[in-house]
Amino acid sequence: MTDSGGIGQYTLQTVAGSAQGKRGHVTDTTSATRRPESLERVVIRFAGDSGDGMQLVGDRFTDVSAAFGNDLATLPNYPAEIRAPAGTIAGVSSFQVHIADFDIVTPGDVPNLLVAMNPAALKANVADLPPGAAIIANTDAFEPRNLEKAGYHSNPLDDDTLSAFTVYPVPMTSITVEATRETGAKPRDAERSKNFFALGLITWMYTRPTEGIVEWIDERFAKNAMVRDANMAAFKAGYHFGETAEIFETPFEVHPATLPPGRYRNISGNVALAYGLIAAGQQSKLPILYASYPITPASDILHELSKHKNFGVRTMQAEDEIAAISVAIGGAFAGQLGVTATSGPGVDLKAEALGLALSLELPLVLVDVQRGGPSTGLPTKTEQADLLLAMYGRHGEAPLPIVAAYSPSHCFDAAFEGVRIALKYRTPVIVLTDGYLANGSEPWLFPNVDELPDISVPFTTEANHLNEDGSTEFWPYVRDETTLARPWAIPGTPGLMHRIGGIEKQDGTGNVNYDPANHELMVHLRAEKIAGIARDIPPVVVDDPTGDADVLVLGWGSTWGAIKAASRRVRAADRKVATANLVHLNPFPANLGEVFARYPKVLIPEMNLGQLSRLVRAEYLVDAKSLTKVSGLPFRAAEIEARILEMMNV
Amino acid sequence: MSDPVVLTKKDFSSDQEVRWCPGCGDYSVLTALQLLMPDLGVRPENQVFVSGIGCSSRFPYYMNTYGIHSIHGRAPAFATGVAVARPDLDVWVITGDGDGLSIGGNHLIHALRRNVNFTILLFNNQIYGLTKGQYSPTSEIGKVTKSSPFGSLDYPFNPLSVAIGAEATFVARTHDLDRKHMQEVFRRAHEHKGAAFVEIYQNCNVFNDGAFDHITSKDKRPDMLVQLHHGEPVVFGADNQYGVRLNEYGEAEVVNVAEVGTDALLVHDEARHDPTVAFALSRLAETPTSPTPMGVLRAVSRPTYEAEVQSQLGAAQANRGPGDLRALLESGGVWDVV
Repeated sequence: MTDSGGIGQYTLQTVAGSAQGKRGHVTDTTSATRRPESLERVVIRFAGDSGDGMQLVGDRFTDVSAAFGNDLATLPNYPAEIRAPAGTIAGVSSFQVHIADFDIVTPGDVPNLLVAMNPAALKANVADLPPGAAIIANTDAFEPRNLEKAGYHSNPLDDDTLSAFTVYPVPMTSITVEATRETGAKPRDAERSKNFFALGLITWMYTRPTEGIVEWIDERFAKNAMVRDANMAAFKAGYHFGETAEIFETPFEVHPATLPPGRYRNISGNVALAYGLIAAGQQSKLPILYASYPITPASDILHELSKHKNFGVRTMQAEDEIAAISVAIGGAFAGQLGVTATSGPGVDLKAEALGLALSLELPLVLVDVQRGGPSTGLPTKTEQADLLLAMYGRHGEAPLPIVAAYSPSHCFDAAFEGVRIALKYRTPVIVLTDGYLANGSEPWLFPNVDELPDISVPFTTEANHLNEDGSTEFWPYVRDETTLARPWAIPGTPGLMHRIGGIEKQDGTGNVNYDPANHELMVHLRAEKIAGIARDIPPVVVDDPTGDADVLVLGWGSTWGAIKAASRRVRAADRKVATANLVHLNPFPANLGEVFARYPKVLIPEMNLGQLSRLVRAEYLVDAKSLTKVSGLPFRAAEIEARILEMMNV
Repeated sequence: MSDPVVLTKKDFSSDQEVRWCPGCGDYSVLTALQLLMPDLGVRPENQVFVSGIGCSSRFPYYMNTYGIHSIHGRAPAFATGVAVARPDLDVWVITGDGDGLSIGGNHLIHALRRNVNFTILLFNNQIYGLTKGQYSPTSEIGKVTKSSPFGSLDYPFNPLSVAIGAEATFVARTHDLDRKHMQEVFRRAHEHKGAAFVEIYQNCNVFNDGAFDHITSKDKRPDMLVQLHHGEPVVFGADNQYGVRLNEYGEAEVVNVAEVGTDALLVHDEARHDPTVAFALSRLAETPTSPTPMGVLRAVSRPTYEAEVQSQLGAAQANRGPGDLRALLESGGVWDVV
């Protein structure tokens, strides 16, 4: 059993024992009271062809579970091609959702249930299943052509291939076609509703309320009655199939989680990030000028922001990545909140303009939704390998602050914090998220709007330099004593006209200046300004219940969830481990050095080849151990748990 | 608010020492514009000059206005940001043939098609000056430079054709030896609502001296500069003895007025929506060695990009009211945990 965890989970496999041997036929047991069995948590993976609508089914199941009150986490996983060849392994799209009656932090290590819409979906996912897991297979798709495309020489539903699992064969396509007959849909079209059949079946299996989905189908397909009716019929057929076919012993239920009180909604990382920007715009009283170029997995931020023009948000789809950041910088010069978002390849392209913003000392937020690299890499898969790019990816000495989001909903806070720092210190800030956070979702106890801080900064309206003759003038590079930020004087302000550029400028006046001592001074001033932000960010908080753990697991970004889950497992076995998560990666929190001093062993899990560990080894001379993963998928808690135990010599 | 104080060139000149090479054509462009600005009825604080990289891109430092000396080729994009954020400002883009047509070609064409409300002054000296003399995208084929000792192989761009092809709504040409002409073209460009593209033939006396002498020297101008006047037949020459007509293929060609008669001549219509004739005019001279059109080739009306941006914002606020953050956060289904 690979997905233990010592947290008292009760998974399908427990039930599977009693379901053994029922493969392919309907039991004659008629249970009058099919009372649901309670589970603490379950991990379900929907997998099918990329045209099968698996992401949609996953989204619906997630929403209805969120509204039901479960805690949850999701992991969409799909190919970069819009429609890879049908039936092939390359074309498999999946959506994993973890629902629980307690607070969870990862989308689950391994699925308890796999819904496989075709042989390729089975083949691509079966290796992830623990023994005893359940598989619901769409038998109609297991025909010779599809089996061959998936690389099966014989039908795995008929041989011993799946003997470790409980297989529920369901002819989803044919039942769907049958069920939708009255809607008038042609069989080929009707087949396309089979994802709703699967959704209906799983909705029954896990005792989800159906109203939310029924309403959603009504609304979403209101304009096409035939499609609406076919999807509805398929959904109900799936639900009723579960109820009446008696292939499944009992349905299961996962009770609502006991979460901190308050008002919740479900949210994905990209939407949370867009909302964070909008909130920051409101709290800084600045209109947002958001310019970006479409790129996976960041495009949804543009899509979301462009819906909210009534907040005064100007969105622009620029001609390229360079134009996008340049437009945002132009907006900042003119007094707006300039923001751009992209993924790794776009950051490469924006590097020169980022250096200019840094030299102009204008506020700007650049969001990097990291994906697998280098080059085009893995556009739809996640990675954390842009940390050193964010840190050092510009020519010259060009430091800038870096803020990283650690969960889908935390993207809101990271965006807000990025804007706060950018405005206060007049600097570009890089906000790092990743593909997993961007597309993953979770319930969010969203903030009370009245409690969001005011992050507005004043524009300069007066001259700031007194000449010897008593006259005054405006110098664009006179610095605030505390923050070292320069004044932000915007066009239209009489008397403060000034010219700034990428050429080195004289301290104070901002005039073009090539003097050696001045350049030395300016390089140091720019570095000190960023380093000084450490005084203005919260200390890193260590989670160490007993206070005397030997091993500290330090993470950043989306590894937070897997680290937290791993630490729970370790602690459940009565062992001690400390964890901490870095939101600010440049500068580091001021207390980080003291934290390292308290722990003899430090482990840093990262979805890269050890980028944060290099930074901390260089900065603090700490012998931090690196645990790396670059498969395009997030860490499993078990992987981190194993390494922690290894470090404890267990 | 009207301001009774009369502004002068001094009000638009910064305290920075101008550092172009002595004899550079850029000086006369700078002076022409600084002298013109008071006549445009604008305030210095409402002007923003944005440039890229190159000799001409030092221009903003010398204007007592707001300015950004940005990075190579990207000035139209920075300026777009300024214009979209602040439609109340006058925005000027200063660029050159390398900056605007080579490294920044993409931004130039997209700014033009969007019709961002700014004036683009492209200083064309057909050479890379700041990097000390390599051929540029407007250098003539066969040009011998440091980077092309056996002659450049690159076929040059015709900047006006590029601009017209990029859906520009205002396209004009002038040259650095005629202050009055420059000022008239700049004034028209500034008045234009939308992206105004002005090519300035500008002499680089160090690396490409005399590139335009064939057409711009005082004695050559009458026979070589084809001055365009809206609504009038296109004629030139000391005695208006030459003209331009469209041939059977729609191409512009130089004719002898006495031979073809006045009625055969092209009557210039800068406001013609279809760009075909303006494009044909832009092709009249392949290189600045034969009769070359000067003045406004095209000036048509189309909504500006930033006006359309504003109008979408206005419509969204009219339809949905000003943004309500609390309502946004609560959108899409919420539940309470007690």
